[in-house]
Amino acid sequence: MTVPASAASGGTPASAASGGTPASAASGGVPASAASGGGALLSVRDLRTYLATRHGVVRAVDGVTLTVNEAEVLGVVGESGCGKTVTCRTIMGLMPRKGTYSSGEVIYHPRGDANLLRLSQNQLQQLRGSHLAMIFQDPMTALNPVRTIGDQLLEAVTAHARLPAKEARERAIGLLVRVGIPAPEQRMKDYPFQFSGGMLQRALIAIALASAPKLLLADEPTTSLDVIIQDQILSLLLELQRDTGMSMILVSHDLAVITEVCDRIVVMYGGQIVEEGDSATIITKPAHPYTRALLEALPQGGERGQLRSIPGSPPSLINPPAGCRFAARCPFVTGECRSWDTELLAISGEGHRTRCLRHEEVGKIKWQAADSV
Amino acid sequence: MSDTVPTQTGWATHPSQALLKVAERTARRSRSTGRRRFVLFAGLGMLAVAIIFIVGAPLFTSQSPIAIDALHPLAAPFTAGHLLGTDEFGRDILSRILYGGRIDLAIAFGATSVTLVFGTIVGLVAGYFGGWVDNVLMRIVDLFFAFPFLVLIIAIIAMLGPSIFNMFVAIWITSWVSYARIMRAQTIVAKKQQYVLAARALGYSRLRVMFRHILPNTASAVIVFSMVDAIGNIILAASLGFLGLGAQPPAPEWGTMISDGQNYILSSWWIATLPGLAIVFVGVAFSLIGDGLADILRPGDR
Repeated sequence: MTVPASAASGGTPASAASGGTPASAASGGVPASAASGGGALLSVRDLRTYLATRHGVVRAVDGVTLTVNEAEVLGVVGESGCGKTVTCRTIMGLMPRKGTYSSGEVIYHPRGDANLLRLSQNQLQQLRGSHLAMIFQDPMTALNPVRTIGDQLLEAVTAHARLPAKEARERAIGLLVRVGIPAPEQRMKDYPFQFSGGMLQRALIAIALASAPKLLLADEPTTSLDVIIQDQILSLLLELQRDTGMSMILVSHDLAVITEVCDRIVVMYGGQIVEEGDSATIITKPAHPYTRALLEALPQGGERGQLRSIPGSPPSLINPPAGCRFAARCPFVTGECRSWDTELLAISGEGHRTRCLRHEEVGKIKWQAADSV
Repeated sequence: MSDTVPTQTGWATHPSQALLKVAERTARRSRSTGRRRFVLFAGLGMLAVAIIFIVGAPLFTSQSPIAIDALHPLAAPFTAGHLLGTDEFGRDILSRILYGGRIDLAIAFGATSVTLVFGTIVGLVAGYFGGWVDNVLMRIVDLFFAFPFLVLIIAIIAMLGPSIFNMFVAIWITSWVSYARIMRAQTIVAKKQQYVLAARALGYSRLRVMFRHILPNTASAVIVFSMVDAIGNIILAASLGFLGLGAQPPAPEWGTMISDGQNYILSSWWIATLPGLAIVFVGVAFSLIGDGLADILRPGDR
């Protein structure tokens, strides 16, 4: 149950980036390529999750296909309500059983061809924690308020491995040290309300990593933290990912966060993937108007101009419009957009795909901010 | 407070000083957790006193609770040999209260703990699993709530025959339902919290999530209620004794004593009043414990 040996050899994206802090990615520290350590770790094929609600059926996730390779950081970005969280929870089997209908395939390769969607709760339980782990958006509520941090950490350490009490305690303290919590011996006795948000998120990361999972799903791990702490937590996550060689799915609605740390990026909109590719390609040559709009919405360093937003709001996922789901907000929209049977189209560049008919035009227009991003 | 009032020449004391003083006063108060725990310890102390006197009854009185002193019936308190007087048969009241407490305390603990544990588990299971499990369990609970509580207990005792043990059985059968309802409601709220989702994401088993994550967050409500229920059970035992369905004569029991004493309430007030005061004493002890626990079981407020 030791932490897996570092798989940094060749698996580390862009050694140049690993030198500087991820926070400085804006100045060129973008991971260079999608080169990854090994084969696929998790494959999601045509995942659909529909939720039965009072107002109708919400197509929260509508045909998502993605692959996470070993020792890779995959970024998932999109506006609120575009299906990021539901995708993660469906992979983990954490959606409420009542009123949730899923189809498709989620295959965790170290466990053969079994579809995670079809596993029983007991079988999933075996995988969770020890193979797949998840950290949540709001650290304030993700820890049990009436139990001490140490108690909960010890529980996580011993959940999937029988350990003598002393050894378990040492491992727990080691984990707290690893995630950068000062005076871990004392902090073990504290209750969650005695921790600050950043410290709580560190503690949660320690708990998630207690059983050395191979894949960590980080669902907006920095959203509820202030900017300085965000950077610290992201650096920590990346550092841990490199040290342990685990894979990570980093979900965020903040493209700036995603581009700093991810090898590959998946952009989601309206429950679908609208563009995917390696980070560098996505930033420099976005081939979907939504991605471009997201990039344009990023505040430009130093400039004190008006912040740009994307007009309109995401479509209702109860009765999504036919054709392209972004059509209503898209500056490039044509009549054809509203009627075509959307699919991800492969375009030049390895693994770069987009769900846009006019992707050539999106790409061709000079992306004036490309060098300053 | 007057030092915080601004005068024409400015603040009598510098405002920061005044503010500091007020804040420090509050800080001192909340820092002393002893103050918070005082209520709990007062209750525990009173209960300990009651238990010492009741369990160690032979040490505090040499009289037998059922021995009849035919020469001194209805003796007033402070009569020689009978500190708290005697009843109509000349039985020593002090001794009857001390020995009688054994039955009442046994009911407070024995009946309450069983219903607390059972009702809590039922509520936890119903709330956590939901669906048909919840439906079946809660319809059973509704069934019990459909009858007046006392009538149900009396019916069960009447069926089984009046005795102390059957009184226990009747309470066990009927009073877990309140715990189940409270616990179910609390569990349904708690299971939607993110820490439960996080616990499941760590691959914890259902039992672990239920008992180690949900239960600690919800137990305070049922524990506090159980203290109220313990008083309720003592009073219930007393009422059943009063109705002749609990302890059978000549066994001493507080409720029975009150019921026996009612005929003499105007002439010999002590026969009914003193066991009543014993019930009040134990009842206050339990209620203080309940209040104290309610404060302590919320770590967020510390």
